[in-house]
Amino acid sequence: MSSRQQLLLSRDKLLTMLRKMIEIRMFEERVERLYREGHIQGPTHLYIGQEGVAVGVIEALEEDDVVISTYRGHGHGIARGVPMKAILGEILGKSIGTCKGLGGSMHAPISAERNIPLATAIVGSGIPIAVGVGLAFKYRERQNVAVVFFGDGAVNTGAFHEALNLAAVWKLPVLFVCENNLYAMSTPIKSVLASESISARAASYRITTFTVLGNDVLEVYETTSRALERIRAGNGPAFIECCTYRYRGHGGYDVSTWYRPKEEVEEWLRRDPIDMLVERMKSSGMLTDEEKKKIEDDIARQLDSIVEEVLKSPVYDYEKLSSLIYASPV
Amino acid sequence: MPVRELTYVEAINEGLREEMRRDDRVIVFGEEVAASGGVYKVTKDLLKEFGPKRVLDTPISEIAILGAAIGAALGGLRPVAELMFFDFAGIAFDQLVNHAAKMRFMSGGQVKLPMVVRTQYSLGRAYGSQHTQFLAASFLQAPGLKIVAPATPWDAKGLIKSSIRDDDPVLFVECGSLYVNKTYYGYKGPVSEEEYLIPIGRADVKRKGDDVTIVAVSRTVSEAMAAAEQLADKGINAEVVDLRTIMPMDYESIIASVKKTNRLIVAEDSVKTGGISAEVASYICEYAFEYLEAPIIRLNSPPMPAPQSVELERKYLVTADKIVSAAIRLVE
Repeated sequence: MSSRQQLLLSRDKLLTMLRKMIEIRMFEERVERLYREGHIQGPTHLYIGQEGVAVGVIEALEEDDVVISTYRGHGHGIARGVPMKAILGEILGKSIGTCKGLGGSMHAPISAERNIPLATAIVGSGIPIAVGVGLAFKYRERQNVAVVFFGDGAVNTGAFHEALNLAAVWKLPVLFVCENNLYAMSTPIKSVLASESISARAASYRITTFTVLGNDVLEVYETTSRALERIRAGNGPAFIECCTYRYRGHGGYDVSTWYRPKEEVEEWLRRDPIDMLVERMKSSGMLTDEEKKKIEDDIARQLDSIVEEVLKSPVYDYEKLSSLIYASPV
Repeated sequence: MPVRELTYVEAINEGLREEMRRDDRVIVFGEEVAASGGVYKVTKDLLKEFGPKRVLDTPISEIAILGAAIGAALGGLRPVAELMFFDFAGIAFDQLVNHAAKMRFMSGGQVKLPMVVRTQYSLGRAYGSQHTQFLAASFLQAPGLKIVAPATPWDAKGLIKSSIRDDDPVLFVECGSLYVNKTYYGYKGPVSEEEYLIPIGRADVKRKGDDVTIVAVSRTVSEAMAAAEQLADKGINAEVVDLRTIMPMDYESIIASVKKTNRLIVAEDSVKTGGISAEVASYICEYAFEYLEAPIIRLNSPPMPAPQSVELERKYLVTADKIVSAAIRLVE
């Protein structure tokens, strides 16, 4: 990361990115605590460690671009500006949740208003759906891009291959963002990937491909911006492999210590996405420790009141559920 | 209304064409649908009229075809995607069941998916185990989908138009036998020259009668109509109820007929175990038992894959003869 790239962004933009990353981190830490305390039932996949990817990509988008997220999507939602209260409400299955509590953690970022129509809980399945969104954009002659997030595990699904091929054949405005956190659940991606790399696999479909350190939010932002420019110019899809690391296990149940070497974890902790941005801003005189502390205190207060409100809020009326199955009931 | 005779294929083609003229958000894609006009010519000349932007050939990628339909619907279009054979739905089961069917509900009603998945099953055409199966019953377990299966040109045109205008994902199941078998009641028939729609979710009494109700759908409607003719010669008046929509099912129309005839045969092309007939029969037993004067008879293919050999497949099928024998047993 060169200082040249930092200079391209204003202090306001950098502060926005920093704040969002800290929001994601602190939000997920609250979720983790609520999970441990038994307030959250069901699967809960934390985004801690990968904040640079969500924020770097989403900050580069336009408002009316569409984002397709995954079951590890709380960070995508927060980065996209979905209110934390609605996301937490969803995770706790409450009526004030983004999906009225019918989706839960794995679908919590879904927000029609913020153009996140889907966060899928089926690995790889969102990728062809993003291709369809791209088809609609192209058909309607819009300059927008469909952006789809997925993990390293998804690149071994049939959906991945069918979708990349179709997007490339039809030259659709789709940005594929692979968050390579090195493990599909507990399976090391290296042990199940026959290709030289994930990027090489994507490139085999003649899609413009980038590989970046996902923990470096500025590199992610800049690469995404370049990729989007190419896509909006009508050059078809692009692919970014973001190398990153999830600090926690796959889900709330997972103690990841048995499959991840201590040295590897420590190495990634030294490249913490928030610390990296903080250091860079401090060294260029854009941030002080006090300012950072103020951001954290502010978010903590906000989260305190969100948690309190969500915990005491009601669940959706069971009697009304059947009205949500069809848009035009028979 | 002025009418003329159209084939089942021509009727669907005309329905697609009218909706594409009416609404430029309607696009059609799938394997072989554009340049070749479809393996069965259902999408014939759509490419010529509407151009390559709206009528697209895809690679053999069922997951991507269905995913692209869902995404296109999210993106504001009204896509009509084709799965060449119903059997191929298995390849795209996740997109249909986990996504198309569930996305509205699990988003708390935030999204809608106005999309049609056209497919067909070719039982009765000697296409063998992997190219014939009527899998609609499997998708009864996917609330959120609507499932439509027309048995005549009139219904096929009216229902494809309604399906395209519907704001929910519709699995539109065509009948391969009606594409090609001229002996079938639904192969060719009157279709209005004026525009009309057939509402989704409504069964249709194809023939009135007082002695026995025959509930049928898709190909078996033709068998039931032929059976009713034979039964009339024997003095038995059969009422033929064509489901037309399989989900949500029009139970009221079935009950109304059973109230009148007190006898029920359900004849349809699922294998018997857990088929559509199982659903109809159990519903009637649960909610209309008091109107029955005899046990319900279900006529289906047996629970085994379809044999390819024409002669063996003929035995495997629900036919007019089987319906006639069942009706005589019930009435006697």
